[in-house]
This record gives sequence, C-alpha cells and structure tokens, in this order.
Amino acid sequence: MDRSIVQLTLVRFREFIRQPEAVFWTFVFPILLAVGLGLAFRSRAPDKVKVGVVATQPAAASVIASLKKDSSLIVETMTDSAAALALRTAKVALLVVPENGGVRYVYDPQRSESANARLITDRAIQIGGGRTDPVKVTERRVTERGSRYIDFVIPGLLGMNLMGSGVWGIGFAIVDSRGKRLLKRFMATPMSRAEYLMSFLFSRLFFLILEVVTLLGFGALVFKVPMRGSFGELSVICLLSALAFGALGLLIASRARTVEGVSGLMNFVMLPMWIFSGVFFSSSNFPSLVQPIIRILPLTAVNDALRANMLEGTPITALGFQLAVIVGWLLLSFVLALKLFRWR
Amino acid sequence: MVTITPALVVRGLRKSYGDVKAVDGLDLEVQSGECFGILGPNGAGKTTTIEICEGLLERDSGDVELLGMTWEHEPDKLKEKLGIQLQDTQLSEKLTVAETLQLFRSFYKVGREVNDVIEMVQLEEKKTARVGTLSGGQKQRLAIACAMVGNPEILFLDEPTTGLDPQSRRQLWTLIEEFRSTGRTILLTTHYMDEAERLCDRVAIVDHGHIIAQGSPHELIESIGATIPPPPPRATSATLEDVFVALTGRTLRDE
Repeated sequence: MDRSIVQLTLVRFREFIRQPEAVFWTFVFPILLAVGLGLAFRSRAPDKVKVGVVATQPAAASVIASLKKDSSLIVETMTDSAAALALRTAKVALLVVPENGGVRYVYDPQRSESANARLITDRAIQIGGGRTDPVKVTERRVTERGSRYIDFVIPGLLGMNLMGSGVWGIGFAIVDSRGKRLLKRFMATPMSRAEYLMSFLFSRLFFLILEVVTLLGFGALVFKVPMRGSFGELSVICLLSALAFGALGLLIASRARTVEGVSGLMNFVMLPMWIFSGVFFSSSNFPSLVQPIIRILPLTAVNDALRANMLEGTPITALGFQLAVIVGWLLLSFVLALKLFRWR
Repeated sequence: MVTITPALVVRGLRKSYGDVKAVDGLDLEVQSGECFGILGPNGAGKTTTIEICEGLLERDSGDVELLGMTWEHEPDKLKEKLGIQLQDTQLSEKLTVAETLQLFRSFYKVGREVNDVIEMVQLEEKKTARVGTLSGGQKQRLAIACAMVGNPEILFLDEPTTGLDPQSRRQLWTLIEEFRSTGRTILLTTHYMDEAERLCDRVAIVDHGHIIAQGSPHELIESIGATIPPPPPRATSATLEDVFVALTGRTLRDE
C-alpha cells in the first residue's frame, strides 16, 4: 500500500469514480446508445405497401379484387385529383390507373419503396388475371443472428468506447495535472516518471475489463449478439486496442497545457474516426480512393478485428493486417509521446 | 578543521526568458538551520531563483549547490532531501487530505507518518474531507504538509501566505517556526515585510534579478536608520493586524 505505484494507481481510481460524469460517459452512455439503436433498427415484419387505385373506370373493380388477394398490399380507391395528391405526399407508393383493358402504373422509380410496390402490384394483378408461374417455388424463412444492425453496431460501439476512454481518460487527466501545476509539483519529489505513466496503464486495463464486459454482456444478453470467435483472442484484440488508444491519448496530451486546448485536439483526432471508421455504418460506403487511408486509421482496424472475431469467428491469425495497424499506432504514438512529453 | 557545509550556495546565477533577464548574476549563501527570506516586488526574480534551486528550472549560467550536492550529479538524492511548496500548485480536488498526503509520502524512501503531519498542520478534523472543500488557508497548510511529509532537510516556500487572511497567515508562521526550531533550513520568498521580519534570520532584497541588500532584518533596518528619519514613535509596537487578530480570536479559526 505504501508503494508509490500503488498510491498513484489508487489516485487514478479515486479520481475516476468520484467524477460521476466520467462514469456515465464510459459505462452508461454506450449502453443507452446500444438500446436506442437496437430499438430503432430492430428486426420486424416488412411494412405493408400502400397503393392507390384510380376508380373512374368499371375495369377498376376486377383490379381491386386482384390486389386485395395479396396480403402485403393495402389498397385504397381514390378519385383522380386525390390520387395525384396522395402520390405526391407519399401517402401511397404507387398509383394504379385502369385503362383500355390494361393498367398504367404511376410511380417514382427512384423511391425504393415505390419500385418495390411496382413489383408486388404487378405480380398481384397478373396472377389475378390468370397468370401461372412456370417454376414451382417453396420458401424457408430465416433471420440469422449476426447479420442484423445491432450485431453490426455493438462491436462498433465497443471500438468507439475503447478509443474514447483511452484518449479522454489518459489525455484529460494528464493535461489537467499539467494545467494545475501538479505535474510540476510531482517533478519536485522523487516520484518515478515511469511509475506515474504506468499508473495510467494499470487503471486503464482495469476499467477496460469493466467496459468490455458491460457492453458485450449487455449485447449478448439483451440482443443475443453472437460471440463466434475465441474469447481469449477477443481479449487480446481489446487489450492491444486499449493500449494503442491510451498511447494516442498520451501523445495528444504530451504538450498541451490547458484542458480546453487538448479537448479541441482530441476531437480533431477522433471525429474523422467516428465518421470514417465504420462505427455506425460500414466504412466501405466511402469512395475507393480514400479506402487506403481509412484502412490504416486505428479505429477502422479495431472495428474490423472486433467484427471479424465476434460475427464471423475469424481466428486472430487471419487478422494480421488489422493487428499490425493497431500495434503500429501503439508503438508510434508511445515513442513520440515519450519524446515530446512536457513534464512541467 | 571542521567546515560546515552551507545548506545552499548560489553563485553568479543567470536566467533569461527571451530578452528579459529574470535573474542577473545572483549570489546567495544560506547556512544550515537558518531561515532565509528572499524579498522583493513582483517580477523581481524571486520565483525563478527558488525554482532553479529546487531543480525545476534550467539555469543559463552560474552554480547551485545544495547540502554539498548539485542537480547535475545527484538529482535523486537531492529530491529526497528537499520539501517544496510551489506558488501555483492546485492539489487534486477529488482526493481527501489523508489520501493526498499518503500519495506524497509514497514518493519518499524515508519520511514522516501521515497522521503526524496532519496533526502538525492542524487538519485532523479535515482528514477525510475532499481537498476541493477546504478553505484557502487549509489548502495552503496541506501544501506545506505535502512539503514536510518527506522529512526534508531544506524547506522551500514560495510566497506561502500570499492571499491568506490574518489568522491563516499567523497559523502558517507558527508552523514555519516549529519547523525551524528542529534545526533545519528554510528558504522562503515573500513580499510582506512583516512576515520576513518575524520569521527570517537573514533576508536578501532582490530587484531586477539581483540582490540589492542582504543581512538580518535588524541590520537592514539599522542601515537605513541613519539616512531616513525614524517614523513618529508609537505607544506600542502593535499593528492594526494585531488588533484584528485580537478582536476576531487569537486561536486560529478555520472558517
């Protein structure tokens, strides 16, 4: 208990748990985010499609009868002018206008909902008119765990959390101490600089375990997010990621004197990764020109490695590129941080 | 022949910040067991001088020797023997008084019991209070406790009573006198003449980065006595501050 590494690490714990907002952002916020996203993008039966039929001709009756046989359609009959308004305001996805013994479809093919309505409506009308399909079809419906949005987003949230708590947790505490001249005061004692930095490492590793267990435990219990890879390998990925982001935090904090200054710097570093590194949506949505840059961002490598392990059960040996990126950032940031670090 | 090593020897000390010469050829010798005061207006170079002596600032030129050691040769050994209070340190507000002292105690190989130091600075009642809840005087006593917890040979105090109310000032003076009575050395900076007069065996008056007068408070007063007419005699030597302290209570109130 009297060793200074123990005391320094205890200080890290005390300062963290006595700061309710830090506890909230580290542990509660990711879970709230997961719940919100899980609810918003939960799997459900596909919506029924609303189509309007312009009932000015007697032929409309047989068209309506055909459409009503298809359970995935909601049919509304309307007058000409009401129909135009309904289509324009997206109350219906498509208009069916019976004419000359046939039908005319009025819709916007750019809207995927309308394009879908065109297919369903046409099928219903053709079947109603006596079409028989030449190929017999049977269906078996599966909704596979691992391919839902929540499965995609939980590893992304974990990666984002590892980045946030590494960069904030370490960077903020160091710059705060420097700004308050506490770091300078410590320099006037025989305190070991290595032990001071190690205390951040130890406390980070402890909180890392809590963070990972909370978020993944929540995902697995509530949303049944699959964990197909080895737990040991997942731990290695999380550990290396936490170290890399901690080193990045150390680098960002290595010279800044004020909390305001370092906050701007942290957002400048983290914001591109929140957007480009595939937290909420796949990074493959960005043009192929920028892909090489996106792939060497640390958060991209972390998210890709976490998803590969959890969703596909990929062994760590097949994640060489991602691990190389993570370890590369770890070494680069740490060495630079030690070189640049301002102790006073 | 026995020679007693002075606690602190400074020779030809110089330090500039750009064009500004903060310290400009300063010489100083502080004997072991002495309470030495560096006086001077703001910006005279007091803090720069003391921080160079503490090993916190690099000097441009000159020699600094503490207890026969130098920062170049024995920095680790020196740090064990010095107790330091800086002018602008803010201790972590989330920690308690006892936790703060335990932390500082853990940095030193040998030192004093945390509880003894808390008792010495009269913060027993605040032992488990967060630093953020302490008054200015209590925070300053804690800062001095942190400086004393390593059981130092030399205590550096940089404007220890600036901004404190009269009770807190006197409480700190008592604390400093107790430390001096154990035979150890104190180097303090101040811009309060009454403080220097009460605490210091010798003082150096610094302006524009060098010493313009040096000696015991008594000697310095004598030296100007001849050229400046003495102030009109007073009935007692009490000051208005004594009146204030007498009226508001001599026992040092915490709040």
